[in-house]
Amino acid sequence: MPLSLQDVQRIAHLARIRVDEAEAAGYQTQLNGIFGLIEEMQAVDTRGILPMSHAQDLSQRLRADVVSESDRRAAFQAVAPQVENGLYLVPKVIE
Amino acid sequence: MTDTIVSLSVLLATGQASSVELCQDYLGRIAQLNPLLNAFVTVNTDQTLLDAAAADARRAAGDIGPLTGVPIAHKDIFCAEGWLTTCGSKMLSNFVSPYDAHVIGQFKAAGMPCLGKTNMDEFAMGSSNETSYFGPVKNPWDTRRVPGGSSGGSAAAVAGRLCPGATGTDTGGSIRQPAALTGITGLKPTYGVVSRYGMIAFASSLDQAGPMAQTAEDCAWLLNVMAGHDPRDSTSLERDKEDYACDLASPLAGLKVGLPREFFGAGLTGDTARAVEAAVAQLQKLGARIVDIGLPNSKLSVAAYYVLAPAEASSNLSRFDGVRYGYRTPEYGDLAEMYEKTRAEGFGPEVKRRIMIGAYVLSHGYYDAYYLQAQKLRRLIAQDFVEAFKECDVILGPTAPTTAFKLGEKTADPVQMYLSDIYTIAVNLAGLPGMSLPCGFDAQGLPIGMQLIGNYFAEARMLNVAHQYQLATDWHTRAPLLEV
Amino acid sequence: MQWETVIGLEVHSQLSTRTKIFSGASTAFGAAPNTQACAVDIALPGVLPVLNRGAVERAIRFGLAIGARLNRNNVFDRKNYFYPDLPKGYQISQLALPIVEAGELTVQLGEGDKAVEKTIRITRAHLEEDAGKSLHEDFHGEDGRPLSGIDLNRAGTPLLEIVSEPDMRSAKEAVAYARALHTLVTWIGICDGNMQEGSFRVDANVSVRPKGQAEYGTRREIKNLNSFKFLEQAINYEVRWQIEQIEDGHRIVQATVLFDPDSGETRMMRSKEDAHDYRYFPDPDLLPVKLDEDWIEQVRAGLPELPRQKQARYVSELGLSAYDASVLTSSKWSADYFEAMLAPAGVGQAKACANWVTGGLAAFLNQMDYGPDLCPVTPQQAAGVVKRVADGTINGKIAKEIFDALWKGEGADADGIIEARGLKQVSDSGAIVAIIDEVMAANTKSVEEFRSGKEKAFNALVGQVMKASKGKANPAQVNELLRARLTA
Repeated sequence: MPLSLQDVQRIAHLARIRVDEAEAAGYQTQLNGIFGLIEEMQAVDTRGILPMSHAQDLSQRLRADVVSESDRRAAFQAVAPQVENGLYLVPKVIE
Repeated sequence: MTDTIVSLSVLLATGQASSVELCQDYLGRIAQLNPLLNAFVTVNTDQTLLDAAAADARRAAGDIGPLTGVPIAHKDIFCAEGWLTTCGSKMLSNFVSPYDAHVIGQFKAAGMPCLGKTNMDEFAMGSSNETSYFGPVKNPWDTRRVPGGSSGGSAAAVAGRLCPGATGTDTGGSIRQPAALTGITGLKPTYGVVSRYGMIAFASSLDQAGPMAQTAEDCAWLLNVMAGHDPRDSTSLERDKEDYACDLASPLAGLKVGLPREFFGAGLTGDTARAVEAAVAQLQKLGARIVDIGLPNSKLSVAAYYVLAPAEASSNLSRFDGVRYGYRTPEYGDLAEMYEKTRAEGFGPEVKRRIMIGAYVLSHGYYDAYYLQAQKLRRLIAQDFVEAFKECDVILGPTAPTTAFKLGEKTADPVQMYLSDIYTIAVNLAGLPGMSLPCGFDAQGLPIGMQLIGNYFAEARMLNVAHQYQLATDWHTRAPLLEV
Repeated sequence: MQWETVIGLEVHSQLSTRTKIFSGASTAFGAAPNTQACAVDIALPGVLPVLNRGAVERAIRFGLAIGARLNRNNVFDRKNYFYPDLPKGYQISQLALPIVEAGELTVQLGEGDKAVEKTIRITRAHLEEDAGKSLHEDFHGEDGRPLSGIDLNRAGTPLLEIVSEPDMRSAKEAVAYARALHTLVTWIGICDGNMQEGSFRVDANVSVRPKGQAEYGTRREIKNLNSFKFLEQAINYEVRWQIEQIEDGHRIVQATVLFDPDSGETRMMRSKEDAHDYRYFPDPDLLPVKLDEDWIEQVRAGLPELPRQKQARYVSELGLSAYDASVLTSSKWSADYFEAMLAPAGVGQAKACANWVTGGLAAFLNQMDYGPDLCPVTPQQAAGVVKRVADGTINGKIAKEIFDALWKGEGADADGIIEARGLKQVSDSGAIVAIIDEVMAANTKSVEEFRSGKEKAFNALVGQVMKASKGKANPAQVNELLRARLTA
């Protein structure tokens, strides 16, 4: 099922990646090529097969509810694009 | 500078060299050859020499491990406190990590100085090291050719003897394929053996770190440093500490080597086929028995992988939004524009393609047909190996379908590039250990690698097989001539 | 046309763990911005989540308390969307296999004789992480454009999202359910219930349909209601609005809205435009959570008696009215207070203790700005007062005075105050008769009125006698002796 230009723009928006019209055509060709590779899997009958999410069939380890982290704000914010009064700044958020 | 890690450790132990001297030698060679190879993104001479002096002081104080003072390079995917950690991306081109990855911490604890951070495909997405924001890495055997990827910087650095060993990561072949293309030895451990904490995630359920070095023996020693349980990674396995070097000397008599029919069919070029077949004969000479096995679903691994890995990646890479660290576009109006421009400018084309594939296969109406179907195929592929290991101890085949290809040869066609990992991907999907080691050269003098695949936790056995093979052959000792 | 309202609630209950759900950072409220946001919480490259046992345990406790099914194998998924207070670009939540499924909560609607019970089905309760906060005030860029500040201290705080079936038919029912749920989560100690601090937030899914129609109407979701009052106002507004829209010939479009307490209206949220495509998938960083039977049984053994069980027991064993029993069990604190009083006062004084907790104490607490935790009168002190009423040492009026004194810290216990202030009840008939005679002599008019058949005059005389005794005379004796004197 080939992707339309509209599909490309839809997923680019979902992924928050700006794609202009010229780029969109290029992505469309490339992504359709990749989906050509992927499509072969549709022919396989997988009824009754359990999906596999993890390499090992193990269960989650649980952490004790004990504080182990201290304040490292200064170090973390040293690499931040824009901060003020300990807050990360972004263009105004509209809810 | 052809010393192995084991031989360097002897030099240090016997006082024939100090860590500072070794580091100075390697830093000199990096300064000389990196402009040619572009294997390193970051070198920090002062920090390396401080590390080395500290290692020498530890040795003087008697506080040493087996590899204290031996320098190593790290793939730029590992967060290292105080080091620029770029993951090969413009997005992190200004990111100085405020913390250490578990793997970095393990090497620090072992007293092994860091020679620098090695170049890589952007966010480990690539098989040629051409997607790096910092430019392609050149193959030391022929600088017009690629070193493979994504751990191409580490592979080229080891092959060019710019460092005695390096860390790599392998999501679909990113340690093994560049190891094969540059004539070195590299191991991807069983998923969960090495902690992923601090290793920038590409596809979390597939990513695994491992060692890259000249020999299997060196890889065993490096894996001893890297492996072990880490409570900060929920997928890190709780197992007793293992000595991966303990079985190196065992004879191979009685070893059952499985040859998957599917790996020896069409698509394998003559030289690679001949070299791998010769390696099989060599192992038989060492006492191994050959078993014919089938991995019927492995042909689906590339398709399944290019659904699962992009799906996980699309989500893993959402954190790069220009808010808390990394690149932020200089020109933006509102929040939506800041996000979209930051991510459009900060990521390269291959990363954006994969994020978009991932967003698509997870999106409403497509999840079952793509993502869920791929997860089911993943189980079928893994079950093939379970069956195969009832018949054999290790599986042997080629690592890559071809030797090193030319720079730019496959960049225009992502699909051709993806097929470079056709033999390695199934191993990641199953979570098994796999390694590549040199087994010959093609007519153009380019190295050929063979792949060993082991059952879960069979690293020590695989390293034993590889070591015995390397005792009987000298492919791994060949180094490219690199003079400027 | 007759309209029927259909409401389902999604309640985000913040779990009372010391640390975040996936990191070891503190959850304490009120820290300076981003000082409790560790590497995992701010989603530095390479960091990974590890699940907090305390959060899972609290979810199990809740599941047991609502008689739900606990999924022995539950899974964390990623919910993908971009928002600056969501550092990873996805929220770790549970979609396909939540930890708790199919429970119920019975709530009481109305009071007294008109009270009826209704059982609200709880579809599921799942664990997830909270987001950070966007602060919109006072930040401007160099070019003067408005900015928001992001504080990630709250990011990663464990939440239990409790989702009901659309079983409620009015704002009042929704509030009754939300209150009962609030009581329960605080009762079993999994949530501090502090609504001002956002520990208990309610989203209401509201739709309307013509009465008798089987299908549901299109719903709109009102987000983030942090008081019961707003919950009621928002639903009532939304219902009126939806009915008006339909009656005006418009269709309701599924949407997410916010309630503005100032205007009393709801409005669409702009940030939810991608809400239809969260691209959920199982989080590869977290393995399936397995609940073993031993653990579940251990948690079950540690559960307190639940409000409804207690309520039934108060009626059957203590003879309290259904109303008293329900008021006493409306919070863990009041039930605990009541039981702590009952121990020294004795089971025979159950009604007297209940009256104090539901009456005097509640009135005192209502006048105060502080919560019940700071109540200055201990249950033991209160029991001391009740005991002295029971044994005839004081009467009810004096009891109130003593409670007041205890409240103000004017004495350590009832006996001390009685002694110091000479409040002991006068039960000596000689002394009471002397007072009665004085009062009759001074109020001849009332005496005559009574004798001519006006019963009302009797009460006036009782009042005078009590006043003359400074309230200390035994009222029963006063009644008996006064009547005897008047009719003699």
